[in-house]
Amino acid sequence: MYKYDEIDQTNIDERVAQYRDQVRRYLAGELTEDEFRPLRLRNGLYIQRHAPMFRIAVPYGLLSSRQLRKLGDIAQRYDRGYGHFSTRQNLQLNWPKLEDTPDMLAELATVQMHCIQTSGNDVRNITTDHFAGVAPDEIVDPRPIAEIIRQWSTFHPEFTFLPRKFKIGISGTKNDRAVVQVHDIGLEFYKDKEDKVAIRVWVGGGLGRTPILGQVIREHLEWQHILTYCEAIIRVYNLYGRRDNIFKARIKILVKALGIDEFRRQVEAEWLHLKDSPNTITESELARVAKHFDPMPYETLPAHNASFDSAVASNPAFAAWVKRCVHPHKIPGYRAITLSLKPHGGAPGDVTSEQMHVVADLADQYSFGELRVSHEQNLILADVKLSDLFAVWQIARAHGLATPNIGLLTDIICCPGGDFCSLANAKSIPIAEAIQMQFDNLDYLHDIGEIDLNISGCMNACGHHHVGHIGILGVDKDGSEWYQVSIGGNQGNETTLGTVLGPSFAAEEMPGVVQRLIEVYLRERTPEERFIDTVRRIGVAPFKAHVYGKAEEKEVAHV
Amino acid sequence: MSNLIRNGAIVPDEWTVVNLPVVEEAVRKQAGKVVLFKLTGESSATPEQIAGTQIPPTGKVIVPVTVWIARKAELADRAAKDEVGVWLAPHETVETLTDAEVNLNQFPIIGIYHERHGDGRPYSMAVLLRTRYGYTNELRVFGDVLRDQLFFYKRCGFDSFLVRADRSAEDALASLKDFSVPYQGAVDEKLPVWRRVNRG
Repeated sequence: MYKYDEIDQTNIDERVAQYRDQVRRYLAGELTEDEFRPLRLRNGLYIQRHAPMFRIAVPYGLLSSRQLRKLGDIAQRYDRGYGHFSTRQNLQLNWPKLEDTPDMLAELATVQMHCIQTSGNDVRNITTDHFAGVAPDEIVDPRPIAEIIRQWSTFHPEFTFLPRKFKIGISGTKNDRAVVQVHDIGLEFYKDKEDKVAIRVWVGGGLGRTPILGQVIREHLEWQHILTYCEAIIRVYNLYGRRDNIFKARIKILVKALGIDEFRRQVEAEWLHLKDSPNTITESELARVAKHFDPMPYETLPAHNASFDSAVASNPAFAAWVKRCVHPHKIPGYRAITLSLKPHGGAPGDVTSEQMHVVADLADQYSFGELRVSHEQNLILADVKLSDLFAVWQIARAHGLATPNIGLLTDIICCPGGDFCSLANAKSIPIAEAIQMQFDNLDYLHDIGEIDLNISGCMNACGHHHVGHIGILGVDKDGSEWYQVSIGGNQGNETTLGTVLGPSFAAEEMPGVVQRLIEVYLRERTPEERFIDTVRRIGVAPFKAHVYGKAEEKEVAHV
Repeated sequence: MSNLIRNGAIVPDEWTVVNLPVVEEAVRKQAGKVVLFKLTGESSATPEQIAGTQIPPTGKVIVPVTVWIARKAELADRAAKDEVGVWLAPHETVETLTDAEVNLNQFPIIGIYHERHGDGRPYSMAVLLRTRYGYTNELRVFGDVLRDQLFFYKRCGFDSFLVRADRSAEDALASLKDFSVPYQGAVDEKLPVWRRVNRG
C-alpha cells in the first residue's frame, strides 16, 4: 500500500497543527459557530444528536494492520470501544469529545492517517473496488490513480468551497464494484480497440434526495489527463452550480439542467486550456506511486488444497462460510475473504476495538498485514492462502466475524440513522436488526440467495437505498417515523434505481413487509433467478399486491 | 490601523471600494428557474443603481464592474492616472469584465467581493483572471475574508487580502503559511510536487 514520504507526513502534521489552533480559537470564542463549521467539517467533525461524530478517512478503503490497531486504540481511549465503517469506506466514531479531537488527529498522523475532507463541500474520499489488485477480472489496478487523485484533491485551493460535496469513484474491472454511476465523477478503466488502457468518464451521478445515474461525458480519456479533466469538470461546477438551495446544489442538478451535451461542451472548452498543463500526470509519477502497489510476495501454490477440500466436505458450517465469504483471486492457491460486520442483531458496519485488534492480527498472520473496507461495510482480507482458510475462519468465528451472509439478505447496508445522526428522519439500525432476526435461519437465508437490502434513515441516502434490490428509506410523517420501500434497484454495471412500492410502513411492520416480498419471489422465481431478476421479469405489481393485500387484512383485523 | 495584507505584511490601504446603492424593493425570485445558473438567483445591478452610484470625487477608487462599463468615459481621466480599479461580485462572471475590456492590465487593481465565506466562486474567478486572461496587477479579495481562507486565496492568485474589519490581520498573516509543500500545481506554484521535487 502507499507509504508516506516526508512530504505526505509534513502535510498531515501541518494539518494537525492547523486544526488544533482552529479548535483553540473556537473554544476561546474567536470563531463563531458559523465560521467554525466549515473548518471542522473539513476534518470530518460533525455535531450530532448526542455527541460529535468524527469521520476518519480510509483512502480507497485500504488499511494496514498497524493502522487498524491504532483505530482500535483510539476508539477505546477516546470513544466507547467501537467504530462504524461507512459506505464511503471510512470509519466513524460516534462519541468523541470536541476537545479531544486534535489529539485524536495527532495520533492518527503517527500511522499516516487523517480526517482530511471526509466531510464538507469539497472533494471527498476517493473510493474504489475492495478487491483492487487481486480481482481476476481486473483490467487496471485503480489504486495508484486513486492515490494520485487523493494527493491532488488534498487542500485543493480552488475546490475547497464547492456548492456541495463531491465524490469520485474509480473502477478498474469489467464488473463494476465501485458503483461509478452514482458518483459525481466516475472513472471506469477499460481496454480500447488498440488494447490500450483508456478511461470512460461518467459525471453527474448521485443518490440523495434526487437520485440520478451518471452519464458519460467522455468515452475515451488517457490516464495522463485525469487530473486536468477533473479540474475542468469541477471548475465549471464551482462557477455555475447552484448555491441558493442546498438540495439542488450537487453537480447532478447542473448536468441535468444544462443537459449532458451542453455540460460536455463547457467542460471540453475549459479543458482545452488545461490539457497538458503541469498537473498532467507523468510516467515517472505514476510509476513512483504504482510501485507502492506492487503485487504481494506470493508463493507458488497449487490451485487446489486437499486439507481445504476435506474441511469443506466434512464441515457444513465452514462450507457455508466458504460459499458466501470467500472470493476468487488472480493468483492460484489464494483467495480474498470477507469478514462480515453484519452479525444478526448487530448494527451493520459496527466493529469493536477488540475485533479491530483480532482482524489486525489475522491480517499480519495470513494476509501480508493489509486489509480493505468495502462500501458494503465489511472488512476484506485480500490475500489468504487456501490452506489457511480454515484457521482464519475459526478465529473469525470466535470473534463474531464469520456470519456466512455476504451478498445475502442480512448483509444489510445501513447508515447510522436516527440513533446517532442529526439529519435522519428515522432510525435505521433497529430496522436492520429486526430484519436480521426475522431471517435468522441460515438455510432459509441461503435458499433466498443473493439480494441487496439497503437502508437509509433519510433521503440523503447514506445507506444507498436507491440501489438496493430492496431499498428502505426512513421518512418523517407528522413527526413520527415511517419507512418507504422500493424494489428493483441495483448497483454495478447495470445500475438501476428502485421503484417505490407505495405508501410507507411503521417500523414494526417492516420485517413482515420484507417477508412478504421474499414470499412473492420464492413463489415466482425460476431456478436460476435471483430476487432482482424476478423483479425485472414480473415487474413490481405482484409484489405490491401481496404486500398491501396483507397489510389491508391486517388493518381490518386491528379494527 | 489597516487590515490589508500584501506581500506578507500589513500595509496601509490606499483604495476606497465604491458600492452600488442598496435597492429597497424586494426582488421576486422565480422559483425553480434553473436557466439562471450563472446568477444562481442573485439579481444584477439595475440601470438606476449604476447611474445612482456615488463615486468619491477624488482619491483611488475600486468601482463595481457594471459601473465601470457604463460610466467609463466619466472615469477616463482618473483611470489614466491609475486611480480606478474594478471589482466583481461572486455572481458576476469574469467574462462580464473580459468581454468589455481586452487589456485587464490597464487596471492597477481588480477586486473580488467575497460575500459569504462558504461561496467558492471567488477562487475560480481569481484563477481565471490570472491564468486565462493574463492579469498581473494587484488582485484583491475583500468582504468575508477570514484567516483560514488566506492560504487558498494565495494559491489561487490573490495577492491582496483585506481581512474582515472585526478580525485581526496580524493573526491572519500566520495562515498564509499553513502548509509548506502543496501537492497540486496552482497559480502561485504552477508545478505539482512531483515536478518540483524528486520523490524517489
